[in-house]
Amino acid sequence: MDILSMTAVQIGQAIKEKKITVEDATKAVLEKIKECEPLYNCYVTVDEEGALKSAKEIQKKIDNGELTGPLAGVPVAIKDNMCTKDILTTCSSKILSNFVPSFSSEAVINLEKAGAVILGKTNMDEFAMGSTTETSFYGPTKNPRNPEHVPGGSSGGSAAAVAANECFYALGSDTGGSIRQPASYCGVVGMKPTYGRVSRYGLIAYGSSLDQIGPLCKDVTDLANIMEVICSYDSKDSTSVKREDNDFTSALKEDVTGLKIGIPRDYFGDGLNGEIKEKILSAVEILKAKGAIVEEFDLSLVEYAIPTYYTIAAAEASSNLERFDGIKYGYRTEEYNGLHNMYKKTRSEGFGPEVKRRIMLGSFVLSSGYYDAYYLKALKVKALIKKAFDDAFSKYDIIVAPAAPTTAPRLGESLADPIAMYLSDIYTISVNLAGLPGITVPCGNDKDGLPIGLQMIGNSFEEHKLIRAAFTYECAAKCGKDGE
Amino acid sequence: MANIISDETIEYVGILAKLELSDTEKEAAKKDMGSMLDYIDKLSELNTDDIEPMSHVFPVRNVWREDIVTNGDDRENILKNAPGEKDGMFEVPKTFD
Amino acid sequence: MSKNYETVIGLEVHVELATKTKIFCGCSTAFGAEPNAHTCPVCTGMPGSLPVLNKQVLEYAVAVGLATNCDITRYCKFDRKNYFYPDNPQNYQISQLYLPICRNGHVDIETEEGTKSIGIHEIHMEEDAGKLVHDEWEDCSYVDYNRSGVPLIEIVSEPDMRSADDVIAYLEKLKMIVQYLGASDCKLQEGSMRADVNLSIREVGAKEFGTRTEMKNLNSFKAIRRAIEGETERQIDIIESGEKVVQETRRWDDNNGESYAMRSKEDAQDYRYFPDPDLVPISLSEEFIANIKSKEPEFRNEKKLRYKEEYKIPDYDIEIITESKKMADIFEKTVELGADPKKVSNYLMGETMRILKEKEMDAQDIGFKPEALASLISLQESKAINGTVAKEVFEVLFFEDIDPEKYVEEKGLKTVNDEGALRKTVEEVIKNNPQSVEDYRNGKEKAIGFLVGQTMKAMQGKADPGSVNKMLKELL
Repeated sequence: MDILSMTAVQIGQAIKEKKITVEDATKAVLEKIKECEPLYNCYVTVDEEGALKSAKEIQKKIDNGELTGPLAGVPVAIKDNMCTKDILTTCSSKILSNFVPSFSSEAVINLEKAGAVILGKTNMDEFAMGSTTETSFYGPTKNPRNPEHVPGGSSGGSAAAVAANECFYALGSDTGGSIRQPASYCGVVGMKPTYGRVSRYGLIAYGSSLDQIGPLCKDVTDLANIMEVICSYDSKDSTSVKREDNDFTSALKEDVTGLKIGIPRDYFGDGLNGEIKEKILSAVEILKAKGAIVEEFDLSLVEYAIPTYYTIAAAEASSNLERFDGIKYGYRTEEYNGLHNMYKKTRSEGFGPEVKRRIMLGSFVLSSGYYDAYYLKALKVKALIKKAFDDAFSKYDIIVAPAAPTTAPRLGESLADPIAMYLSDIYTISVNLAGLPGITVPCGNDKDGLPIGLQMIGNSFEEHKLIRAAFTYECAAKCGKDGE
Repeated sequence: MANIISDETIEYVGILAKLELSDTEKEAAKKDMGSMLDYIDKLSELNTDDIEPMSHVFPVRNVWREDIVTNGDDRENILKNAPGEKDGMFEVPKTFD
Repeated sequence: MSKNYETVIGLEVHVELATKTKIFCGCSTAFGAEPNAHTCPVCTGMPGSLPVLNKQVLEYAVAVGLATNCDITRYCKFDRKNYFYPDNPQNYQISQLYLPICRNGHVDIETEEGTKSIGIHEIHMEEDAGKLVHDEWEDCSYVDYNRSGVPLIEIVSEPDMRSADDVIAYLEKLKMIVQYLGASDCKLQEGSMRADVNLSIREVGAKEFGTRTEMKNLNSFKAIRRAIEGETERQIDIIESGEKVVQETRRWDDNNGESYAMRSKEDAQDYRYFPDPDLVPISLSEEFIANIKSKEPEFRNEKKLRYKEEYKIPDYDIEIITESKKMADIFEKTVELGADPKKVSNYLMGETMRILKEKEMDAQDIGFKPEALASLISLQESKAINGTVAKEVFEVLFFEDIDPEKYVEEKGLKTVNDEGALRKTVEEVIKNNPQSVEDYRNGKEKAIGFLVGQTMKAMQGKADPGSVNKMLKELL
């Protein structure tokens, strides 16, 4: 049995049927990590000892019937911006290079309750600021599909770990596309749930009004099962939403009959790579063949999403990252002269260039005399963008779009021009501004063999429709492949 | 570019953000911030006169908890990551009130 | 002074609310814990932690707003105020700038010129900071976050005050309202009520305001008065010498009787307020507000009228008893237990006020039980103890939780009501004081006082002076 190529749900099933033990699965994946890490650098921290220990404990609980869920015993990787009790949590930053939380994120606790074995913490862009995982203090992660390319970001470590079979699934976080874009670059499935579905408690904030935790995994079935575990109401997160419909596996149906799909013309214009356009549109054809109703429309305001996003995200980040000051935790500069010098040196040495860039921008747009012109203006445009989506969803069930304008860029190509890098978020960013759910599933490769992702966007709390559409597409695509 | 960021502005923002930039970093920051602001200025093309600023995307309101003590003494954990600690307190460079 | 100046004062009053837990987490607000023993990831700014509002804070804030005639903001939000300081663990304080909970209120104060209305610009909710401890010997300070996240309301007045007297009257009024609501104990010395004074001067008759300064660290009414006088003088001196007052924050040093500017080139005073994305807006229904209104206690003026009507005690007594809710509560409960209102009032105005003054205590600090006072009064009424003993017992029950009846019994303080014993003692006294007896018989009524005293002394105070008097007259 080739353990590593199995999906999370298949592993869970095999464990339940006693074909393999939790330890077998954990050891196999730890071996794979050892083999691949020198190549890809998906992890900041691998907790081998902890994983093996909990593998044994979880096996016991499965054996005595305490743990019965589909993910019991399945090893998982966690993005390094989620607090994990007693495991180093760095946000891929020097400033948290020694931070060991005393509590775990709510999403991680939910996974643990479901019997997950935590393998370690995945690499990311520092504080989730970036689209390539190159801004990590711990070196870039490489795309397992082609190590000369980036895995995307900021959840690049999580996406790459899934793609390289260095875990069976992973958690990422998505503030402007940080799950969907790396999932697309690495050829895996990823979802950004509706804002409020997953508790943000324990997620180290970047842009609090935009951040949302979600799964990266091998297929849509895994995705629905992971979503069922991580989505929960949490009284510790004031923005958490109480929902009765976290039964995502019920949406694993091969049926899109009558599903209305909107194709925003504005997303398929000049900026989009031709091969990607072609693959996305042929994926749409498959859904159409399965009974979906497809229509083109104008979403509008697309070009305003990026400046809106960067204003809001940078402003929130500048405030969220103020707590990193060398007093309560994390890095403190060696030598300093007084309090303010300590603050400045600690932060200047502890943060990387991209983080500093966004903190500076964020501080500026909130500063006296500029607040109305920049920050307030951005909040108003955000309202307009939300309205544009509301209008679209009054006509369509889901919107289909690319996840990114290109496939994964080569390492080192993106950071030189920040604005060009920001532009690559064009198809994912509005979804965060409007708080909507979005999913990406692989829909083929470009001529160089780099994966292309199909993004589907749903109305608030309509993840079920996305999962149903993605599952239907996945089945059809698989059949097509099997038939080839 | 339309937005010229002065040395004073960078200096001022550095004080607000508690960041100390080297001269090269300062030059880069001036350029980056200028071009970002040029880009953000695009928003002024839109008329938003009658639009309410949207800080929260969903109309969730009135989330609160009851006034009940739920936390015990956890200071060992709270202090565990402190770069400097003494007598159960965080050590900081001398401050003057 | 060549010109006539007028002082213009507005106050920012911080009141620490009497909640059990902090504003955004379930940590206790109790005083006296070990450093950082009342902290958690939220109030120490741990990465990943998130705030959740304490409902009681909102209820207190609305109650204070209603009691100060404010408009209650039906849709309000929290904002972040960003500034770096070690007592502020997130380096931003959660406060309210754009949509504070209460606005446009006023309270009336009594001044020498009559009743004056002091406008309240707004009341907002916010979190307190931690405490910095300075090490004399080392080049460092220490932070204790036990107070970090303790709920505050900040009551911002309009610049409607013109003198230290106005300011004190206004603060007394606020204190009374807030204490009556039970929203805070409002102790200046302990910092549960803190007033920052915004002060400017202008020529009498001028329409424009002068440049104002803000003064902090005023820990008593005395300090506030001195600071206002000092700052007025300082500003007049500056203007008279042809210079300009600088808008700044100054720290009052009450020991030296002067203030100094709190300035640092590293503080830009640009707080970059923006709505806190971690907290959702508050939308208050009419029902919510009506419910708080319905729980409003009887305030002082209503109480005064009722006391006059119901208890028939003198105005002077009413004035003193209703000055603090605590005192009024004790009064009412003691009367409810059957004690005579005037007798209760006498204890509160006499002995209680005396002890408070002697021990420099606040009426808030009164700890004795109405049951104890009622029992004491009843002992005295039934002549089981006399007035002198009662005062002694009161002094004990003020500080200790005793049952007066048991206490009197145990200590043998009861009046001797055995007529035989009394007669015997009186006879003895008459025998031993022939001069006084003589005087009395010759018409010197006063002489009997001396004989009563002698009898009381002989009985170690455990006699009822009335009975002694009666017996003496009888036997003489």
